[in-house]
Amino acid sequence: MIQTIAFYLFAVLVIASAVMVITARNPVHSVLWLILAFFNAAGLMVLVGAEFIAMLLVIVYVGAVAVLFLFVVMMLDIDVASLRAGFVRNFPLGLVIALILLAELVLGIGAYRAGEIALGTPMVAAAAPVGASNTAAIGALLYSEYLFLFEAAGLILLVAMVGAIVLTHRPPKTVRGHQNISKQVRRTPEEATVMKRPNVGEGIEL
Amino acid sequence: MIGIEHYVVVSAILFVLGVLGIFLNRKNIIVILMAIELILLAVNLNLVAFSAFLNDLVGQIFAMFVLTVAAGEAAIGLAILVIYFRGRGTIAVDSVDRLKG
Repeated sequence: MIQTIAFYLFAVLVIASAVMVITARNPVHSVLWLILAFFNAAGLMVLVGAEFIAMLLVIVYVGAVAVLFLFVVMMLDIDVASLRAGFVRNFPLGLVIALILLAELVLGIGAYRAGEIALGTPMVAAAAPVGASNTAAIGALLYSEYLFLFEAAGLILLVAMVGAIVLTHRPPKTVRGHQNISKQVRRTPEEATVMKRPNVGEGIEL
Repeated sequence: MIGIEHYVVVSAILFVLGVLGIFLNRKNIIVILMAIELILLAVNLNLVAFSAFLNDLVGQIFAMFVLTVAAGEAAIGLAILVIYFRGRGTIAVDSVDRLKG
């Protein structure tokens, strides 16, 4: 009973906050609604016993991605009103597309429930072991069978980090324009300016 | 009793809301990025629900990788957004036509 109540609470809240994300006037409000949506999705995941992914969702999304969004939204000086133009004009087309998608998904779910589709039995090796916690089971699977994929995920994050830094980094502007200090230091007397004192009426050879 | 159908329906609604968000806010690229995050959240919810109800942990492992890619995508997307704003002073999507030649 309490599970049903919790499920409907989380489900209604996640859908309501998703609606607010896409309709809020201010992007800052959108980000805050997004955080609420992620929290409730994490609650839905805890409900089926996937507590590790739920906590990961809270840490990664609420702690990192949403704060990143918030930083960018507040850093950029955006004219919100001009970005809202076309909201009403785009609404019918978007609604039609969304309804078509929803109808297809409902059709898919209905067809699945009608049966007569032979599904394979789940892999026995990846079944959650009885007694172990969700986190321990995921760790055991992740660091043995999916080790290389795990490393690849780390590599993806490294590439994303380097890419973001390279894209946004601005080299510091020097105060004196195009001064090249190493070139100045490398100068020798041989290539420096030579002083000449020509006699009156004669030229000099350079 | 809560079954897998409930979870699939919730994630389907979330997915559709994400797509609708892309269509509604066609000018505001920040909200478009947030809508993409909503879509990925729906996918994750689906993966986790099936993983739990079929008693197969691979779904949760996969959800973790989806999470990784989503985080990387958000970082790169926002970085591109920041340098675009620096150059143009606006983030309206329909003025992104520099490469038109």
